[in-house]
Amino acid sequence: MPAPGLRSGTELVPGVAEGVTQTGKDFSSDQEVRWCPGCGDYAVLKAVQSFLPDLGLRRENIVFVSGIGCSSRFPYYLDTYGMHSIHGRAPSIATGLATAREDLSVWVVTGDGDALSIGGNHLIHALRRNVNITILLFNNRIYGLTKGQYSPTSEVGKVTKSTPAGSVDHPFNPVSLALGAEASFVARTIDSDRKHLTGVLAAAAAHRGTSLVEIYQNCPIFNDGAFDAIKDRETAQHAVIPLVHGSPITFGARDEATGLGDKALVRAASGGVEVVDTASVDAEDILVHDAHEPDPSTAFAISRLTDAGYLNRSPIGIFRQVQRPTYDDQARAQVAEARTGVTGTPAERLTALISSGDTWTVD
Amino acid sequence: MQLTGDRFTQESAVFGNDLVTLPNFPAEIRAPQGTIPGVSSFQVHFADHDILTAGDRPDVLVAMNPAALKANLGDLPRGATIIVDTHDFTKRNLDKAGYASNPLDKLGEVDDILAGFQVQPVDLTGITVEAVKEFGLSRKDAARAKNMFALGLLSWMYGRPTEPTVEFLTKKFGKKPDILGANLAAFKAGWNYGETTETFVVQYEIKPAKMAAGTYRNITGNLALSYGLVAAGVRADLPVFLGSYPITPASDILHELSRHKAFGVTTLQAEDEIAGIGAAIGASFAGQLAVTTTSGPGIALKGEAIGLAVMTELPLLIVNVQRGGPSTGLPTKTEQSDLLQAMYGRNGEAPVPIVAPQSPGDCFAAAVEAARIAITYRTPVMLLSDGYLANGSEPWAIPDVEDLPVIDANFATGPNHVSAKAAKDGASEPDEFWPYLRDEATLARPWAVPGTAGLEHRIGGLEKGEGHGNISYDPANHDRMVRIRAEKIARIADSLPPLEVDDPSGEAKVLVIGWGSTYGPIGAACRRVRRAGYNVAQVHLRHLNPFPKDLGDILKSYDKVLVPEMNLGQLSRLLRAEYLVDAIGYNHVYGLPLKAAELAEAIGDLVGTAEGTDVHLGEHGLDTPAADHEANPAEARK
Repeated sequence: MPAPGLRSGTELVPGVAEGVTQTGKDFSSDQEVRWCPGCGDYAVLKAVQSFLPDLGLRRENIVFVSGIGCSSRFPYYLDTYGMHSIHGRAPSIATGLATAREDLSVWVVTGDGDALSIGGNHLIHALRRNVNITILLFNNRIYGLTKGQYSPTSEVGKVTKSTPAGSVDHPFNPVSLALGAEASFVARTIDSDRKHLTGVLAAAAAHRGTSLVEIYQNCPIFNDGAFDAIKDRETAQHAVIPLVHGSPITFGARDEATGLGDKALVRAASGGVEVVDTASVDAEDILVHDAHEPDPSTAFAISRLTDAGYLNRSPIGIFRQVQRPTYDDQARAQVAEARTGVTGTPAERLTALISSGDTWTVD
Repeated sequence: MQLTGDRFTQESAVFGNDLVTLPNFPAEIRAPQGTIPGVSSFQVHFADHDILTAGDRPDVLVAMNPAALKANLGDLPRGATIIVDTHDFTKRNLDKAGYASNPLDKLGEVDDILAGFQVQPVDLTGITVEAVKEFGLSRKDAARAKNMFALGLLSWMYGRPTEPTVEFLTKKFGKKPDILGANLAAFKAGWNYGETTETFVVQYEIKPAKMAAGTYRNITGNLALSYGLVAAGVRADLPVFLGSYPITPASDILHELSRHKAFGVTTLQAEDEIAGIGAAIGASFAGQLAVTTTSGPGIALKGEAIGLAVMTELPLLIVNVQRGGPSTGLPTKTEQSDLLQAMYGRNGEAPVPIVAPQSPGDCFAAAVEAARIAITYRTPVMLLSDGYLANGSEPWAIPDVEDLPVIDANFATGPNHVSAKAAKDGASEPDEFWPYLRDEATLARPWAVPGTAGLEHRIGGLEKGEGHGNISYDPANHDRMVRIRAEKIARIADSLPPLEVDDPSGEAKVLVIGWGSTYGPIGAACRRVRRAGYNVAQVHLRHLNPFPKDLGDILKSYDKVLVPEMNLGQLSRLLRAEYLVDAIGYNHVYGLPLKAAELAEAIGDLVGTAEGTDVHLGEHGLDTPAADHEANPAEARK
């Protein structure tokens, strides 16, 4: 749900009639799902299919747009309106859709190559404009569909078919990038954590503006185990830094009495944030997560705690959730304002328009 | 200078002359003043009869500095009047223009390069500064009013009405009384200068032209095209959505459409060319009349997205206001060299209908026609304007809105197919929706927009299974779908009117065929040939893909076919490929419209070959007498 007093991302989208209940099955198309066995995409698809009924929206008013890549097959498997478009361009198509129609819930499904490499320009501009769309960025840190080249989120030194001597490309941190582009909603979640994933999706859909959700997604064929550190029961508590709005940010071994982990985030002298032993600081010095803080500096600092190399530690949750006017609402408002008080039929007004300026008549 | 030309044009339009204009300016915003590349010019041709071009050789040149003189002198016929601002013929400016000495100092001497012209040296700047003294402007601002002085002088020479300019200036500078006063004073001073000095012995009189009954306005191609898009939205009863990225010479369409939100027009200035068309495709999927506007370099970037629109079979207007290429080329100059790009510039078999307007005013009707095709056939359509049409202007007979075609969006509202399961149960009522089930006549697929219950479907760039539209990698299906998409575009020809062949004698052996903005020069050239006593036929193409059905027969009924184009032979290549006809090219890529007299000579040569005679066009060709007017076509028929 959006924070109290804020507009919902779906408030203008018609809901199902009273008494009608939808199930995940209603959102499953008849098409055979063709990802590789064990692909993280299955888990996300399942989660989305079972989550969509919770929105209570009419199926016909939901549109999924994707680009190119493994994850971009997503729309074919949902029984909503959908478009599997071209590489990197889904945000631009979604922008046109969302601007044209206030009554649609528009979703973009994209991957790390699609969104951050070939489509990087459209992603940052969608975020800057704050169009009312929800972007699900499946990040497996590898190119899957083209069979295993490094991606813009692959770690330096990655050995792939196109980088036999190791990649020398410095990777993007998608959350940092989104925050830099002034995104109003930025979150990160994990394909295998159904509950967390669903919670983030609900918040993203409820957000009015561009929501960027980075989903860590395992590619079992070309980059298996990329997220093992944060998925493994043994290591997860030391690797995942959970972000919960209003709660102190701690992780690691949990103290049953205080509920705090043995590691905590505090302000660093540099102005950023740093990880310390919880025991070494006063409780009030532990950073309390504020996703609604208008200044994105702290969210950005937290995003920098993600490893750029092999992933050993990463913050997970909603980094930022603030409201600012959306592009599509304002564009429609300008059109609506221009139309207020307009009189005459369209044909009459067209006649007046084309006859404007200096005219003369020949008999 | 562009403003001066524009005002003179408006005065002439209001007076009732037929006219054609040719603005010509550098790509740089502040091109180095006084240099040849920095020259900005505005050519206007007006007459008391129907004319087709801006003229090959102007009668009067107003040169504000030596560079302007040097850049345009070659176009003038002997006897032409040259008005020069002596104030700016300084050593520095003469150097910049590459004059070793001041040509004005040599008037009447043996090495007078201006011999044979009526040279009128006037200190335009000096007189203007004097005339506007009372308004207390800086010398620089005062001198800027010299354009209005020149306009006043020309208005006197040609007996133009002054009210429209006075009105215009009052509106433009209403809030700046001193600037307004100075401009009005300069304008009047120019008029009075003509009337009181004895230098200008000739005052030209150009009567209003006899034009067909109707209400007229002067209009540029970009404005007419913008109005056409608004009109298409009204006639289709659809909101117009423009996704665009600024580019010369197309940006004015974005500017203009942004002003018409009251018609439900949404304009999105995208982050790049690709996003412009991407947003338009999204809006088309959403059920709006989607448009993207650009020039050739932008089309190059949009290519992949155009392919997506071909594959998803969504209505989309793609406007290419062509300019000189390749690459960045000549941004402010005209060319017709994107025809093959429009035709073939995509991967795969990706046919796109092509529509081209023939004159500035015609951009209106061409836009409506492109929208009709896009919506009726569910296809992207390329509308090929060019820089000359975009910025040039002509009197335009304002059409009656009720005469414009009604365009039916014909959205899908319910299931269109009996599912296998229902059929097995013996049902015959459609119970499911197939997004690629086609209209039998047009082969158009249904346009089912989000929000329509029961028609949920997925489209995309992957090959579609025939009918149901699901992904299909089946070889036979792909072959069939490629042919169906081609056939759908070919069937547009069923909806096209027969071509109008202009062959007054009915005995011509030579056919001249063109497309787009060359209509004017080709028509003028054909008139010249006919006035010289020879036969020639002309036909002009608005539809370049598919070609009209009768084109093949028309081409075959002439001995020779000449194809003038502002490229190296793109239409002639298409005609040769399609009809095995020996299309002969006449090709110029100067960044300027074709010149009628030169083209007339080329036509004359071909007529000579076809008829086995010697053809001499005399004064109708390049043996042009002092004046170079397009004669009244009515006289040619006498």
